[in-house]
Amino acid sequence: MTEAPLLRVRGLSHAYGSRIACSAVDVEVWPGEVLAIVGESGSGKSTLLNCISGRMRPGAGEVVYRAKDGREVDLWQASDAQRRLLARTELGMVHQNPRDGLRLGVSAGGNVGERLMAVGARNYGAIRATAAEWLARVEIDVGRIDDLPRTFSGGMQQRLQIARVLVSRPRLVFLDEPTGGLDVSVQARLLDLLRSLSRDLGLAAIIVTHDLAVARLLAHRICVMRGGEVVEDGLTDRVLDDPRHPYTQLLVSSVLPP
Amino acid sequence: MTASLRLVDVSKTFVLHNQDGAVLRVLDRLSLEVEGGECVALVGPSGAGKSTVLRIACGNYAPDWGRVLVAAGGRATDIACAPPRAVLALRRQAIGHVSQFLRVIPRVPAIEVVAEAARLAGSSPDDAHARAGEMLDILRIPRRLWSLSPTTFSGGEQQRVNIARTMVVPFPILLLDEPTASLDAENRAVVVDLIRDACRRGAAVLGIFHDADVRAAVATREVACATLSRAA
Amino acid sequence: MTTATAPAGYNFAYLDEGTKRMIRRAILKAIAIPGYQVPFGSREMPLAYGWGTGGMQVTAAVIGASDRLKVIDQGADDTTNAVSIRRFFARTAGVATTERTAEATIIQTRHRIPERPLREGQVLVYQVPMPEPLRFIEPRESETRKMHALVEYGAMHVRLYEDIAAHGRITTAYGYPVLVNGRYVMSPSPIPKFDNPKMDMMPALQLFGAGREKRIYAVPPYTPVRSLDFDDHPFAIERSDQPCALCGSTDTYLDEVVVDDQGGRVFVCSDSDHCGERQEAGRAAPARA
Repeated sequence: MTEAPLLRVRGLSHAYGSRIACSAVDVEVWPGEVLAIVGESGSGKSTLLNCISGRMRPGAGEVVYRAKDGREVDLWQASDAQRRLLARTELGMVHQNPRDGLRLGVSAGGNVGERLMAVGARNYGAIRATAAEWLARVEIDVGRIDDLPRTFSGGMQQRLQIARVLVSRPRLVFLDEPTGGLDVSVQARLLDLLRSLSRDLGLAAIIVTHDLAVARLLAHRICVMRGGEVVEDGLTDRVLDDPRHPYTQLLVSSVLPP
Repeated sequence: MTASLRLVDVSKTFVLHNQDGAVLRVLDRLSLEVEGGECVALVGPSGAGKSTVLRIACGNYAPDWGRVLVAAGGRATDIACAPPRAVLALRRQAIGHVSQFLRVIPRVPAIEVVAEAARLAGSSPDDAHARAGEMLDILRIPRRLWSLSPTTFSGGEQQRVNIARTMVVPFPILLLDEPTASLDAENRAVVVDLIRDACRRGAAVLGIFHDADVRAAVATREVACATLSRAA
Repeated sequence: MTTATAPAGYNFAYLDEGTKRMIRRAILKAIAIPGYQVPFGSREMPLAYGWGTGGMQVTAAVIGASDRLKVIDQGADDTTNAVSIRRFFARTAGVATTERTAEATIIQTRHRIPERPLREGQVLVYQVPMPEPLRFIEPRESETRKMHALVEYGAMHVRLYEDIAAHGRITTAYGYPVLVNGRYVMSPSPIPKFDNPKMDMMPALQLFGAGREKRIYAVPPYTPVRSLDFDDHPFAIERSDQPCALCGSTDTYLDEVVVDDQGGRVFVCSDSDHCGERQEAGRAAPARA
């Protein structure tokens, strides 16, 4: 395999005052690959996600993204403008709380169309048609294209958020506990959607979750974090079925069977 | 295409850190070769490590020592040290694994479970769907069940979906862990035919078959577990 | 630069020289970056916020003894506000004032652009309540500044999209956002969209002052100003199907005026000077049917 990774994180460290959140973390993601970062509260996984998605400058380390045109962009050496442009086009962030990732006062169609308009789309009809297409893809009734997100259920808001992010066909999507706070049946539907979208679109994704079942279902690879460090990583089924590190074994054995 | 699977000096020890550091030594310098066209049956008592061998062969377990060489489509890869995406690529196109338990997502219909394997191996969605239907027919899963999730199926039906998922792709390497365990005589015969067909087309098959008749029908060679932990 | 006619104790045009200098610097910067909102140290003026303090500060900073000032409010020179502001400058600067657009050198306006085309050398000062066109869609100042700096105007088009989705067309009638010199999106102040085309390549200098929000911006003469729209929903102004009841004009912005207790109404030009001019020129109203 000579293909270069899509994202290369080296020596990423971050501390909040004297409290170390991440310590010299190395991570790589290849095109089309889904990586799950699992850990319990305080493991540093959310801090890691914020640093590698361009939302928070890390204390140390580099985050290098290989753009569509082949250029390597060191996210934190790049200008604000470059970073924000990438965040709107080739990258995407799905927040745990969909209200953080949506414009609540804007209709579903407007939310999905925004990324298109942000890069210059100027034909109302075409924008609306594309928005409708994506609503259908995330299984939202197209008849609700003009409704406000406040009138949607939590699961629908989350799917709307996903459509809003995917409309620009990003190559790498970051998801922060995407099923957190949702009812179990709603979670299941969302996970199925994520699974089929990532497969059909060849999307690379980094999913932060505390739920091993989500990791097993969606991820090709898994990184287990504890105390700011990656204690074990590898093929998802290998790490979950043959855990080596004591902490991973603890985590795996702690999951109650249904 | 000359397919082959070679385990060289493979050792596997489980250390259960959360159970007072209990140590389970399962494999000790195991060496084993399966060539294309062969069907090697692992025999031996329970707990001897037979399933572990299969899991190591597909990358599900990682050996502590040794090499796991998979040769298929003109390329050889050592699974024990290959990067995860290489192993995933092999699982999509080169290595088929029928485990004892069918792990399914509750909301995926049986035909999708099988078609997905074909799609991952490179078939178009239509072809994959067609081939999946063929395979389910061969394994005598009634059509009315195709759109249902296998979670509601009987053990035998689940096992046959499991087998269909593996056999729908002409994998050069097949790892079969008790493939006929929950099947009646008729269905066993179907599976036996599928395995023999695989061997005939040059696949290297490594399996565990408790049923002596099935073993006799498919295996070209037997390897006893007690003798595994030695250079072959 | 005091004159003998300024009341004792007041500097020319009310503001002290230091303040005027600060405002002029802001104005120069605004002219150099058309459409960009320049923060300035807005002073307390002898009237409440929301009544034109920004416009007055801009006027006070640029007005000179030889200027002739016109002040209009919704097109009319004779509303309370326009009269007050005009009198203010007459008293604190001793400048000549006028109601004729053609004779003015500085025109301070609230919510309209005069109908008569302006010429080089004239200055149009707009009173602006809310300078930030993105504010309704993005409440954070820190964000809107970045959006302007990084040309992130997708949200602006979202607003127009929402309008079309809700009403079938862009219904924004006042303060219709424009793109200035192909770079900054700007609020033209709450002028009717009918007036937007007048801003494009105007020979006069256009200055905008927001006192409460403490921002000044500008459009230098002969600058392209384009109203935002979609390819398939292009910007268009609506013309009244009625002529002005006083001068018969069919191409000016009309006000609706209730004339009796029975609800009778007429439409008359909003720009009182323009209407008066037309009447003087002898274009009588068409006979009412």
